[in-house]
Amino acid sequence: MVLERAFEDGPAFVPYVAAGDPTPEATKRYVEALVEGGADVVELGLPFSEPIAEGSTIQSAIVRSLEGGMTPDRFFELVEDLDVDVPLVVMTYYNLIYQYGRGRDGADDGGGSGDGTETGDGAGSGDGAGSGGPGVEPFVRRAAEAGVEGIVVPDLPVDESDPLVAACEAHGLDLVFIVAPTTTDDRLDRILDRVSGYVYVQARLGTTGAREEVSSHTAESLERLEHVDLPKAVGFGISEGDHAERVVRAGADGVIVGSAIVEMIEAGVEAGDDPGTVADRLREKARELKDGAVRGAGGGTQSRNRPGSQPK
Amino acid sequence: MSSDPDAGSGEDLDPNFGDYGGQFVPEALMPAIEEVEDAYRRYVLENEDGFMDEFHRRLRDFGGRPTPLQYADGLSARYDTDVYLKREDLLHGGAHKLNNALGQALLARYMGKERIIAETGAGQHGTATAMACAHFGMDCEIYMGRTDINRQRPNVFRMLLNGAEVNPVDVGRGTLKEAISETMRDWATTVETTHYVIGSVVGPHPFPRMVRDFQAVISEETRRQILDREDRLPDSVLACAGGGSNTMGAFHEFVASADRRSADGSSGQRPRDDDVDLYAVEAGGSTLAVDEDAGVAPNSASLSTGTEGVLHGARTKVLQDSDGQIVESHSVSAGLDYAGVGPELAHLVDEDRVRPVNVDDDAALSAFHRLSRLEGVIPALETAHAFAYLEEHADDLGDLVVVNVSGRGDKDLETVIEESTERGVAEAPDMSVFEGAAGTDPHAGGDR
Repeated sequence: MVLERAFEDGPAFVPYVAAGDPTPEATKRYVEALVEGGADVVELGLPFSEPIAEGSTIQSAIVRSLEGGMTPDRFFELVEDLDVDVPLVVMTYYNLIYQYGRGRDGADDGGGSGDGTETGDGAGSGDGAGSGGPGVEPFVRRAAEAGVEGIVVPDLPVDESDPLVAACEAHGLDLVFIVAPTTTDDRLDRILDRVSGYVYVQARLGTTGAREEVSSHTAESLERLEHVDLPKAVGFGISEGDHAERVVRAGADGVIVGSAIVEMIEAGVEAGDDPGTVADRLREKARELKDGAVRGAGGGTQSRNRPGSQPK
Repeated sequence: MSSDPDAGSGEDLDPNFGDYGGQFVPEALMPAIEEVEDAYRRYVLENEDGFMDEFHRRLRDFGGRPTPLQYADGLSARYDTDVYLKREDLLHGGAHKLNNALGQALLARYMGKERIIAETGAGQHGTATAMACAHFGMDCEIYMGRTDINRQRPNVFRMLLNGAEVNPVDVGRGTLKEAISETMRDWATTVETTHYVIGSVVGPHPFPRMVRDFQAVISEETRRQILDREDRLPDSVLACAGGGSNTMGAFHEFVASADRRSADGSSGQRPRDDDVDLYAVEAGGSTLAVDEDAGVAPNSASLSTGTEGVLHGARTKVLQDSDGQIVESHSVSAGLDYAGVGPELAHLVDEDRVRPVNVDDDAALSAFHRLSRLEGVIPALETAHAFAYLEEHADDLGDLVVVNVSGRGDKDLETVIEESTERGVAEAPDMSVFEGAAGTDPHAGGDR
């Protein structure tokens, strides 16, 4: 689908930004700057109060975003308001997806074009785990309406993913799964059965966060995925152009950069910098990372038209 | 990697309790969780290598089991009903927590893991884990919210004395919820060498089941002891409920015996196991309402007021706002101060097998003093909630009542003295003996 195509013209640079950190207006400028700097896909974090997979940098961003009033509804408004020509992926935790259909009686009228999913009564407990409640479909439908192309859910292992896989298929969204260094072969097969868009290759154990060195797990993980047709995007710990170059040289089709971007946003917040100034820095950082990725693919300078340049 | 290729070759265990349970954790943790599930099945359920025999032997020799079931003369007279106390406060460490901590630390040993991490709220699980690790000579790190460290200092000292490292968690309100999230983050990094000893019947499958099985010794003993003493089962069993480990421990045998009996068709005891009323007493805090704007629930009553959601690896009843953000809970007792609850308890509540009830902070504080005075037992503030419910509803609980004394109150003394004075709790003792002593009046006494 759309996400996969973002990797067709050479290695992709995929930045992560916590939506609403510190305000929706700032996020809009940051995302646009990142795209101008070369981003091919943007992962937008919809903040959840218990982000168990995040390191301290992104936790802080999530706190700023929640304190700034970000909610799922405002998130989708922000997405609709974004004027960029690259695909957007929402990264969020399962409970927000799961709750979206509840207590929103008004959310179901109009446009609920019969994909056959029942809408539950949205009230009370004990009605929703199986099939009675609204489940995950309303969130996915709203995401599709807003123009989101894919979803990543860090606390949703493949074992619990059937409802979300079905809803994403029904609405034409990709569902990206994370493959960890600890993922067993058996689990990998199950993930590959369900993943779409790209495979998120977790470069090392632990939570998200920028690191000086690129993990040795990375090459090993990419080797295991050599036979996979979908693009492989490596995340966790990439913070510099040189990292991006090495990761792409090791066989990645893209690099996901979260904490290094968020750190720059945080520094801007702390220094009281104008969002425009922060956006300029982000544009530069995006260029550095994109250029690094392109170098890793054998290119000397930034180019968006380098088909077939990947090392095997 | 770390998983044995044969792991999971046996029959799969159901990860759910009705609509609740499951495994909502990052992929990086799933192989370790599958490994724990495999170990749980082999060692706990099938007693491979005599694991359960060793567990029970150590519970006896190190832990001091069985704990007594004591007839409560003072309370029985007060309520004109027979009240028994299941004295988990007499378990080594002063709370039921050792049952689980010892079981999981032993399991980690059988699994070949050398490092233990755990979260703690009131510090009871942290101290139990630290003790178990010292007992086995294992490395131990405890994550504890900053707020809880400050209100549970004696327990923090105990952990340090047992050689554990205590890592303060500053995120959010600095209580149990944040400590669990932070421990999960540690585990995501160290999963290959480390076992996470979850302190309650929460988290991803198989933890809720496994912790319940380690705690079930409470109700196994209770059921046997009450039959010995009274030749009948109790009308009601009361236990406080935060995450729910002492609750499930105190209830499980009554639920399981009923299931077994209905399966084999035998007549069983009177009242029958499924007629034993099971009361999960939650912390009503100051009020049951949720303040959406502030993102705060001034209570910890997930079973009474929570809605279905996903928190810390399981689908269960949680305190959340309409978007699904988990709200901050509150209770005067740190051990109940949690926005979620074990998925099996949520299920048993939906099935009408367990009755969710709650009492507020003031009632719990009064009950703390009442039990101390009437029975010579100083309960944990958590436990005091169960006694507060007994005070308010003794007439509705039948003629024979068991209350699980989940822990002792030494750790809570600072909080109780402070809160009782602030709130003017009528049952509190006269503290005037301290007047003029250092600390209460800077102008008198102190330096003589």
